[in-house]
Amino acid sequence: MHEATVAQSLIEAILREAEKRRGRPVRAKMSCGELNKINDEVFTFAFEAVAKGTLCDGMTLRIEHKPLQARCRTCGEMFAVDVSNTRCPGCEGGDFELLPDAPLVLEEIEFEGAEDGEG
Amino acid sequence: MEKVDVGRKILSANETYALKNRQLLDRYGKPCFNLISSPGSGKTTLLVRTITDLMPTLRIGVIEGDLQTDIDAERIRATKAPAIQINTDGACHLSASQVNRALEKLPVESLDIVVIENVGNLVCPSAFELGEDGKIVVLSVAEGDDKPVKYPGIFAKSKVLLVNKIDMLKGGFVEFDLDRVRSDARKLNEAIEIFPVSARTGEGMQNWYDWLTRQLRRRS
Repeated sequence: MHEATVAQSLIEAILREAEKRRGRPVRAKMSCGELNKINDEVFTFAFEAVAKGTLCDGMTLRIEHKPLQARCRTCGEMFAVDVSNTRCPGCEGGDFELLPDAPLVLEEIEFEGAEDGEG
Repeated sequence: MEKVDVGRKILSANETYALKNRQLLDRYGKPCFNLISSPGSGKTTLLVRTITDLMPTLRIGVIEGDLQTDIDAERIRATKAPAIQINTDGACHLSASQVNRALEKLPVESLDIVVIENVGNLVCPSAFELGEDGKIVVLSVAEGDDKPVKYPGIFAKSKVLLVNKIDMLKGGFVEFDLDRVRSDARKLNEAIEIFPVSARTGEGMQNWYDWLTRQLRRRS
């Protein structure tokens, strides 16, 4: 259940931004790669649990899954790899180079009542 | 409503500690490996045999991670090698900050190699960098030959795959297609080194020892 650790780190990152903006965070978008995959249901549950009692309580979270990219050595095609069926969709070949997997990233936050609005 | 682009790595706090560990190990020029597998694949037995066979030429220090108990650290200390136990109290992986505290207690200067034995888990530990030079995944034949496709993350990220308990193949106790494991692991990670071993009988262990010894030269 490392989702709880990731949720804790995400909330800390959001709270740091919220402090700078002096606004209430209402929505956030994060992204993850295929080899650092986060399960949406488990993660949302963990996020809600960790958010209780913080400024993040009640926030809506969106998780973008970034596919693992590969480059075929035979035909040069770039494609998203399905790890259970590793074939190039261009030439059906199996000789390809995997590109680095996307890390876990906090992409954006939407704030309500940011400092300039409160003035 | 204001939308703010953040673009910040969520595990950056862990990565900060991983970098500190990296710097500490670099200061002494010691290679460090993060040993990851399911529970019961034989990580500790493998380490005990490795330490015993390579001592005193190669001095290995160990950081042990488990939810509870210091059983594993005691097994390592019985070989006279230093070991620091971390109890995660339920957490499914070691974090770089825990390893940082353990590294401070380990006599790194007097060692040749540091090995971190992670919590037995083929999933979560692969997401947390500890400052190691590389991950080593252990898969025992009793677990089945479908693990690289079922748990791709750790096989994609490891430098070495140790296929352990190969002595069990001889008695026909388990069905395990080593070629399938080789091919599936290399599809995810073409550079991965694969050593079939038995930590119990010693079969194949020399290949692993040779690899480990080469890592010393690479660093010094």
